[in-house]
Amino acid sequence: MGKVKIKKNDVWIDMTPMSDVMVLLLTFFMLTSTFVKNEPVKVVTPGSVSEIKVPEKDVLNILVAKDGKIFMSMDNQLSLESVLSSMTDQYGLSLNAEQTKKFVKEPMFGVPMDKLGDYLNLNPSKMADEIKNQGIPTDSIDKKASEFQNWVKAATTDNDKLKIAIKADANTPYKFVKKVMSELQDMNQNRYYLITSYKKTED
Amino acid sequence: MAKQKKSKQKKINVRVDFTPMVDMMMLLITFFMLCTSLSKPQTMELTMPSNDKNIQQQDQTATKASQTITIYVCGDNKVFHVDGLPNYNDPKCMKETTWGSKGIRKVLINHVIEDGSTPVQAIMEAKAKLDAKKLKEPKKYTDQVYNDELTKIKAGDIDGEKIPVMTIIIKATDNSSYKNMVDALDEMQICSIGKYVIDKINPDDMKLLKLKGVK
Repeated sequence: MGKVKIKKNDVWIDMTPMSDVMVLLLTFFMLTSTFVKNEPVKVVTPGSVSEIKVPEKDVLNILVAKDGKIFMSMDNQLSLESVLSSMTDQYGLSLNAEQTKKFVKEPMFGVPMDKLGDYLNLNPSKMADEIKNQGIPTDSIDKKASEFQNWVKAATTDNDKLKIAIKADANTPYKFVKKVMSELQDMNQNRYYLITSYKKTED
Repeated sequence: MAKQKKSKQKKINVRVDFTPMVDMMMLLITFFMLCTSLSKPQTMELTMPSNDKNIQQQDQTATKASQTITIYVCGDNKVFHVDGLPNYNDPKCMKETTWGSKGIRKVLINHVIEDGSTPVQAIMEAKAKLDAKKLKEPKKYTDQVYNDELTKIKAGDIDGEKIPVMTIIIKATDNSSYKNMVDALDEMQICSIGKYVIDKINPDDMKLLKLKGVK
């Protein structure tokens, strides 16, 4: 009799508080999360004591890689689509619906206009490898606006509240950043946000 | 008997097994934790002068040479400074210093102008006082009020008294890293310097830097 009673002991653990906490955590993460953007190149930002946060929306991100390659991203997919269409009009390019969809879905863009069509025909896993070797050209021919300037111009005409955020790797030689800045200055874009990571003031 | 049966019915276990649910939750949480960036990155606001030549000449206001420091940001973490306007015939006007609180910050803070005052120090002290006041009465000093006061202090207006402010010119060579550039801008933040400008390096500057062994 005694043995049977021991076997019948209830070993059920009450999971309710645990699942309560879980649900809470999950809701918290779901609400606060902004997904990490998959950047084509890894960029380590330098530290700064500045405590200003990146604006919530209307941001045009310019990513400058260590070797000076430039990539861009926009947070608003709708305006990105119209920016793309104004750029393709300008360069006499026509993309089909699938290519446009692919372009908008990519986390960042940075392919010269003449290669854009071929690039968008690749399958997605190859696109990620290919974009690393590309980058938006900044050199201008015959003092015409460069592709980079045209992108910025298309983006700013689409949304005049657009803020420019520059994110560059800590080890990028300054000349690449200078190039980007002077191109922007040429088109009277004189206010930028430089994206940095937080650093304490050392004494 | 009847009573016993009733009590047995009440004893029926109504507990639901939560384990699969918890399992799933765990999975979801791990997923969200790994895929999210919680903290937003910091930024620095930067306003560059316009490239438009016509505007530039109009806006140029002459600052006294003694209230100017030019910082040269160079490769290999090197930094040089020229107090006052650079004299291109005299290489000695350029001095080497280091990054951080013991180097360039000290130079900025201890810079003495002709009337014997140290403007950067005065402004930093005023800012410290403002910070203390804000800590004491956080209600009175909202962000708006605080920022207004700070702008005033940075412009050299301390309690209605006008003091001279420093103008810093930052020049970076092509091979200097972006990090050093941000460091230089950081020093402006730390020292509460309101007037600073990023300028392009000119061949004369390069000559002086070459004498100092900078590539």
